[in-house]
Parts: sequence; structure tokens; C-alpha cells
Amino acid sequence: MTPVQIADQIFVLIDHWLIDQCPTIFQPIVAAILPVVVILGLFPALFAFTTVLERKGLGRIQNRMGPNRTGPLGLLQPVADGIKSLTKEDTVPRAADKIVNFLAPVVLVIIVFLTFAVVPVGRNMVLANLDSGVLYFFAVGAATELAVFMAGWSSRNKYALLGAMRAVAQMISYEVPLLLSATCAVMIAGALSTTTIVEQQARYTGIWPHWYVFTPWGFGAFILFMIAALAESNRSPFDLPEGESEIIAGYLIEYSGFKFALFFLGEYLGMFAISGMGITLFLGGWSAPFSFLTWIPSYLWFFAKLFAIIAVFIWIRGTLPRLRTDQLMNFAWKFMLPMSLIVLVDTGLWRWLTPGAARWTITSLVVIIPYIVLGRAAGSGKIEKRSYRYAT
Amino acid sequence: MLGTGILKGLAETARNFFGSFVYKERLTTVQYPEQRLPRMESSRNFPFLIFDGEDWQKGLRCVSCFICEKECPPKCIHITKSTEKKPDATGKLQFYPEAFDIDVSVCMSCQICVEVCPFDAIKMDNNFELAVHDRFGELVLKRDQLAKSNEYFNSIHPIEAEEVDTRLAAERAAAKAKADAAAAAAAAKAAAAPAATPAPTAEGGGA
Repeated sequence: MTPVQIADQIFVLIDHWLIDQCPTIFQPIVAAILPVVVILGLFPALFAFTTVLERKGLGRIQNRMGPNRTGPLGLLQPVADGIKSLTKEDTVPRAADKIVNFLAPVVLVIIVFLTFAVVPVGRNMVLANLDSGVLYFFAVGAATELAVFMAGWSSRNKYALLGAMRAVAQMISYEVPLLLSATCAVMIAGALSTTTIVEQQARYTGIWPHWYVFTPWGFGAFILFMIAALAESNRSPFDLPEGESEIIAGYLIEYSGFKFALFFLGEYLGMFAISGMGITLFLGGWSAPFSFLTWIPSYLWFFAKLFAIIAVFIWIRGTLPRLRTDQLMNFAWKFMLPMSLIVLVDTGLWRWLTPGAARWTITSLVVIIPYIVLGRAAGSGKIEKRSYRYAT
Repeated sequence: MLGTGILKGLAETARNFFGSFVYKERLTTVQYPEQRLPRMESSRNFPFLIFDGEDWQKGLRCVSCFICEKECPPKCIHITKSTEKKPDATGKLQFYPEAFDIDVSVCMSCQICVEVCPFDAIKMDNNFELAVHDRFGELVLKRDQLAKSNEYFNSIHPIEAEEVDTRLAAERAAAKAKADAAAAAAAAKAAAAPAATPAPTAEGGGA
């Protein structure tokens, strides 16, 4: 093996070496547990890093310094937050359904961790290379709605229930464009296995990669996927289920201490997982953006892309205000759904037309013209002066 | 076109983000414990007792007349009057407060005590870092915690302090002039008295 290959496969080699050190009868169980332990350690660490990054980034966007009291540059803020959430009193409402109330954050975190199983973080670095990896990801990921609704229902609080209802309505609405846009990548790759999808994109013409995002349909599908991913992970501007100013943190209202921290963790891990899936489907997973950069280890590329997407999420959170529920639903059903269906058709055209400039022109037009038309339709709704019955 | 507004917004926030690294004047937050803004002269929170000179026990202006205690709306001042007199900063014999407590957790910062004090002995402070661990013990400020020098008063409220100082100086000068005049008159009387009655002395001398 060349040094470049060793650097690329270093964690795989360490994994194999560690398994070889065990007695033969334990090897299967060690082989199963070891990558899980890495995921359980790595992504929460990334979560801790992201919280401080987000607070610093949002602070800078608002011309503030952000947290700067704990440790150098405030980098120990997650430690302080962790200690605080561990030592806070864990209150449960007297009327709450205590078992479900306890299970909700646990279920959320378990489900979110399960989704990481099929996200390839590097070459040969995927926990389970399932033939139906994409299907598994979305099937498991959709179960987060269950956890959110458990939290909202069991709290026995009207705000919590409102938040949970909003969450379920939003997640179900955005699940449709999310799946349809993911289907585009699956159609072209001809596989549901995440590893195969990445390998299809990790090829180069000249120096340019075959990432799906660099095609007309892929670009459209990627944007749709990311908007739906924002909505799925309940992040601003789609944070209606939490809506601090309206329903006081929604389904989280009755949670405190470590259960709240678990919800927070689950939410961020869900964001990482769905961003990782977006990277896998459209941004070429662990592959380098130029053929001459392939010597950089594959896992570094994956995490660089993940970091970039999280930075964009933070940027969007610092920019856009929260939508109203009717705006959210209109956007989902009147814009996202038709657009994702059109992109799906466009993907079919791309598959069957002969490669060349004509294919590029046709598929580009098939995406751009409906975008402009639908955008006009979405923007043409007359803004009427709202009249309120009981307030002036 | 749909989305252009979002792109404009993203550009604006990006400008804020990078601008805050380049232009320090964008960061308007004062990093409080390290940086402080000068306090406005009119700022006030709780009263304190002024003393003249170096030693607060000698120079306290308060003569424990109980006016502030009686006027205090929330009744947060407690005074114990001394039994004997001792000389104040000007050397005049005065009563002094044996105990002077202000419960600053009760005080409502109305400044009435300052307005009614005929001796300019109680003034408003502007120190706001008063956090303590025990509300009932440590927030009841004692005489020694309340006594602060006239120089300190000059440093926090210079305009008011200057007015008070000129007025007090004038009053003391007038009092001193009056005392001097009285003393001079007494001395003159004393000098005149032996002159008017030389005979007994002479008589005595003769005897």
C-alpha cells in the first residue's frame, strides 16, 4: 500500500488490527461494536463543537462576540453547558405520562443514531453497507416524528401539544419532496446502496468530478433536498414546532436538565445525519472535488463538506425569520412538491437523452422555466391587509 | 424571481459576519467586567454617609437628628443616637450616630433622605456592584460601610459636590467669623473689664 492509501484507510486498518487482537470467538461482536462506539463518540463531539460554532457564528452575524467567557475564546462553552444540564433539576409535570415522557428523548436519540449506520464517512468507512441503504435511512429517519409527538403528547401541556402537532404536520409535508429529490440520485445511480451512490460520483472527467450536484437536475434536487432537510431537522426558518416567541419552545417546554440536552443532541445529530445523506446523494460523499486532490484522505473530505453544510445552515438561521404555518404548508405543497416532481421527470430525461450540449440545454430549461413560473405563482398572491376580529 | 430576496438577506448577514472581524466599531457590546463605561453623573442608587477629613469616626457629618429616619418612605434607615457629644470636623461638640444602618434591599433609591438632611451628611452613591451571599446580614449596611470621604463624593458627583462644598465653606466661614467676632467681643469685654475696674486691683495691690 502506498502512504496515500494508508492515510486514507488508516481507521479501517486500525479497526482490523484491533479486531485481530481479540480472541476468535469475540471477533464478530467486537467487529460489530467498535464502529458503533466510534459513531457514539465522534458525532456527539461534533455536536458539542457545532453548538459553540453556531453561537459564535450567530453572534458575529448580529455583530456580537458570542460566548467568550469559558476557556480560550469561549471554546469550553459546551463543557459548561453539559455540566449545567447534568446538574439541573429534572422536573416532570404531575399530570404527565411519565413513561412516555421519559422515553421520548431516548427514542429520538436512538433513532437518530440508527440513521448514521448507512452514511459513508470515508472510503470503506460505513457501518452497514445495506443494499437498500437510502430506503433504510428514510424509513428510520421518519420515526423521529414519533419521538417528537411522544414528547408533545406526554407533557400534557397545550403548548407542547401544539408544537408536536406542528412538528408532525411539517415533517410529513416535507417528507414528500425530501424523498422525491432523493429518488433522483437513486434513479441515476441505479442503486439504493449509499456506498454505490458515492462510488458512482467518485469518478472524474478531466479534473471535474461526476457529482450529481453539477448537473441541472442534480442541482435542483440538491436545493430541494436541503430545504426539506432544514424543515425535517426543525431548524430556522422552519422551527415552528419550537417557535420560542409563539409557543415557548413547543414540545420541549416541559423538559429540563439532561432530557432537554438529549433533545438538543438528537436535533443536531439529525441535522448531521440528513446533511450527511445530502452529501452522499449529491455532493459525492467522501470524494475529492478535483481529481488532483484525491491524495487527501476521504474522511477529511466528508467532514469538510459536512462542516460547510452546517455553516450554511447556521448562516440561514442567522438570516431568515420564521415562517407562518400557512406559508410553510403553501411552500411545501404548492412549490416544493411540483418542483420535485418536475426534477424527477428531468432526471428521467437526463437518463435517456444522449450526452452532449443538447441534453444540458433541455434539462436546464426543464428545471429553470418551471422554477420561474412556480416562483411567480408563489409570489403573486396578493398580500391583503389582515383584519383581526378582536384586536386593532 | 423567487429566492432573490433570500440571497440579498444572505449577503447582508455575510457582510455583518465578516465585517465584525474587520471593523472593531461594529462590535458595540461593552465587555463588562474588563471594560466599563463611565457612569453618568446623575446616576444614583443607594445613600451613603459623608465624612470630612481622614478619619471617618471623627469627621462624620451626621449628628443623628433622625430626620432621614423619619422621612424614609420604606423605613430602611435605623439610627441610634450617642449619649455624649464629641467634636465634629469643625471642632464643635455634636451628637453622633452610635449606629447607622441602611437596609439597601429595602431602600427604594428615592433620595428623600438626601433632600431633607440639613447637614449634607447623607448623599447618593452610584456603586452598583453590591452582590452578596446573605440578604439579611450583608445587605444591611453598617456605619463603617456607609462612611465615605468627601473626596469620593467629589469624584462621583462633581457638580453637586462643588455646590455643597462652597455652601458649607461659606457657612463655616460665616460661623467662624461670627465666633471670631464673638470671641473678639468677649476678649474686648474681658480687656475692657480690668481697665474699667482698676481700683480693686490697685486696692488689692495696695493691700
